[in-house]
Amino acid sequence: MSLIVQDLVVEIDGRRVVDGVSFDVPDGARLGLIGESGSGKSVTALAILGLLPDGATARGSIRWDDIELLGMPDRELARLRGDDIGIIFQEPRTALNPIRTVGRQISESVRIHTGVSRREARLRAIEEAARVHLPDPGTIIDKYPHQLSGGQRQRVAIATALASRPRMLIADEPTTALDVTIQAEVLHLLLSLVEEHGMSLMFITHDLAVLAQVATYGVVLEDGRVVEQAPVSTLLTTPSSPITQGLLRDATATLWRPGGGDA
Amino acid sequence: MPRWLRLLWSSATGRFGVIAVAVIALIALVAVFWTPFNPQEADVRNRWALPSWPHLLGTDGTGRDILSLIMAGARTTVFVSTGAGIVATIIGIALAALGALTFRWMRETIAVLVDILIAFPVLIIAMMISSVWGGSLWVVVWAVGIGFGVNIARVTRPELRRVQQSDFVLAGRAAGLTASQNLVRHLLPNVAPVFIVQLSWSMAVAVLAEAGLSYLGFGASVTEPSWGILLSDLQRYIGIHPLSVIWPGLAITITVLGLNLLGDALREATDPTLQHRRAELHTPAVVA
Repeated sequence: MSLIVQDLVVEIDGRRVVDGVSFDVPDGARLGLIGESGSGKSVTALAILGLLPDGATARGSIRWDDIELLGMPDRELARLRGDDIGIIFQEPRTALNPIRTVGRQISESVRIHTGVSRREARLRAIEEAARVHLPDPGTIIDKYPHQLSGGQRQRVAIATALASRPRMLIADEPTTALDVTIQAEVLHLLLSLVEEHGMSLMFITHDLAVLAQVATYGVVLEDGRVVEQAPVSTLLTTPSSPITQGLLRDATATLWRPGGGDA
Repeated sequence: MPRWLRLLWSSATGRFGVIAVAVIALIALVAVFWTPFNPQEADVRNRWALPSWPHLLGTDGTGRDILSLIMAGARTTVFVSTGAGIVATIIGIALAALGALTFRWMRETIAVLVDILIAFPVLIIAMMISSVWGGSLWVVVWAVGIGFGVNIARVTRPELRRVQQSDFVLAGRAAGLTASQNLVRHLLPNVAPVFIVQLSWSMAVAVLAEAGLSYLGFGASVTEPSWGILLSDLQRYIGIHPLSVIWPGLAITITVLGLNLLGDALREATDPTLQHRRAELHTPAVVA
């Protein structure tokens, strides 16, 4: 009952961007995937959902509940997406459809997977909006994305991903595009929701300080390869690879402390 | 009433567009069953009558009732405009979708094809078609439909490609939509504003093209009522009977303007980000 990635190789137009990555996310676990940009973190996430861009091929094995996801027909994968595995993207400005109301986007995955009526979906959207602490959920769901702030939009994206109660959530740098103070709020929210629903979490980031707050186990990627994997406490105290040491140096500069502002 | 319809009606240009297009469509519908006089019936004792009872818009040089000719011509116009719009939509969306959403070599082939086809003016296409099948209104429908379908594809394809690469489309797939559901729910609605303007413009140009092509002999035959033929008939006498020329000219102008304004207002009504701006800045509508 978990996600197991084994020897995942992804090539985009003949270039190898993920090169033999293996890790697993047991139920309820919180795994961090960390590395610099271009290290293959996001591509790994997309490969799990079967949403690689065209021109990309994936080999190896991705198993979800002992079912092989690689090579699964798209129609069957679509049933898992959103329902079993949800994802939140990095950029809240582009992650929402500009011409659909917030409420319709939040309830989209619920409507896809359960086929509830429009009316029920609306009530559900209000509920979900309240859950992610959007102000005035009853009216905000009739607004369009451009009428919301960046932080609010990311809350909408979180509500959208969680509305159908997936068993695993992939968060692809969900706070990177936000202000530092809002980052902390959103992280906190995300964590409390993951805990509340007993979801497993795969958190992608380039910031070890952020990782330290959300994940218990970390996988460090460089150029598509796993260079180190260890409990986050180990990564923070005794990093073995130079890349982790470098990430640790960068991280301390932005380390966020509970109760305080940004340092 | 849906939101976009309310917004459409709330703008002056939108209201004019809706009314103009609706009136022309209604006139065409009525003309299918009834016109005040037989449009082809010559009343030789009543040539060049001024607007009066019973010839409300007067008569032409052979004594035909101009109002009846215009009503019957509206039939032709609506047929050609709608037909060309349908053909242009099918060709435009198909080419845009194939050129934006498929695998690479297909996309590139379509892009080149569109660039080549765009070099053919509607007139040339009409001449090619009519050289095979002879002149008829269908020639106008196909020529304008093909010519402007390619045009729609050229404008819509990059827009579709841009939207397809945006995160919310990926998010839609990640939420569990299949590729085709995603196309209908997220992709097409987002290119709709661009498409609508192009389509309304194509339909407006179809009205002009019908007039022009019929004038040149590729479109309606002389026995078919057409604003273009009527206009070319009457404009020869513009020095002597200037009033009669006004009517077909006015009919063409109102239809073209109405379609353009309707398209423009529709675009604004279907794009929530534009309404936001309009409310803030009172941006005047663009008359294309």
